[in-house]
Amino acid sequence: MALELQLDYFDMFGLPARFSLDDEELGRAYRDLQAVVHPDRFVNASDAERRVSMQQATQLNEAYRTLKDPVRRAAYLLRRQGIDPELDTNTSMPTAFLMEQMEWREAIEAASGSADSRELDQLSCRLGGELRRMYAQVGQQIDERGDFAGAAETVRKLMFLEKVSDQIGDAMESLEEGTGD
Amino acid sequence: MAYSDKVIEHYENPRNVGSFDKGDESVGTGMVGAPACGDVMKLQIRVNDSGIIEDARFKTYGCGSAIASSSLVTEWVKGKSLEDAGNIRNTQIAEELALPPVKIHCSILAEDAIKAAITDYRKKHGLEQPAEQPACKAA
Repeated sequence: MALELQLDYFDMFGLPARFSLDDEELGRAYRDLQAVVHPDRFVNASDAERRVSMQQATQLNEAYRTLKDPVRRAAYLLRRQGIDPELDTNTSMPTAFLMEQMEWREAIEAASGSADSRELDQLSCRLGGELRRMYAQVGQQIDERGDFAGAAETVRKLMFLEKVSDQIGDAMESLEEGTGD
Repeated sequence: MAYSDKVIEHYENPRNVGSFDKGDESVGTGMVGAPACGDVMKLQIRVNDSGIIEDARFKTYGCGSAIASSSLVTEWVKGKSLEDAGNIRNTQIAEELALPPVKIHCSILAEDAIKAAITDYRKKHGLEQPAEQPACKAA
């Protein structure tokens, strides 16, 4: 067998277990490992070796996807600390936050309805600012303050905002398709 | 994934979409959200002097199952007492709509929404809180 992958994702890439992370360093470590475990290197190997290589490549990709994405990375760091971010079970977000989420979605709906792409651009810009603020917040909570309960709530909030971001993207796309015809 | 006929029926003809004035004394408002899918649900009840839910409204941003679950609950709670409405379980919603396992959380969201609306109404009227917590952890 070529290599034993570390189970912990941060150990796997030889990176410190922190939210703040150097994207380029992660990318480099990923490509280095990928070069070693990639199934293409095992075409002439035994069945068992090929199977291991496939499993390791899958494991490696999952680890990379998890650490590359800020929200997944934060959720992973929390689970590592034994904190469940309760993404599936915690439905009682602060009411003011949920009201804001309704407002975002209503604004997207209104802008799509009136085919107002400038408004969608503005929403996207505002949301981008909000997302950056929350990423910074969750970074502080995890790396500096060790406030994992607070970080769990921020992660839950980020899940909603990323959904809004997807919806703005979808709305822009369908407007472009509409005008392209 | 295929939606059941009942989900599609509620999705295409949602009952009781809209809002009541949340400042109205006879109105209870429940706002809940599911982080996993980013769905947001607002469910409101209008309660008469005898403590019976006369009318209900919802507004849900989410998938077909989330919309159908909240639509169904607004139908079910009409004419019920607060206590009976609070006894609606997500399993009943999931069964009625034939939700697949991956969509069970939509029915949990609807159960939590009606409970939150009842709690809001009770708070407004200084009524005692029931001992039971909203079933956030219910599978």
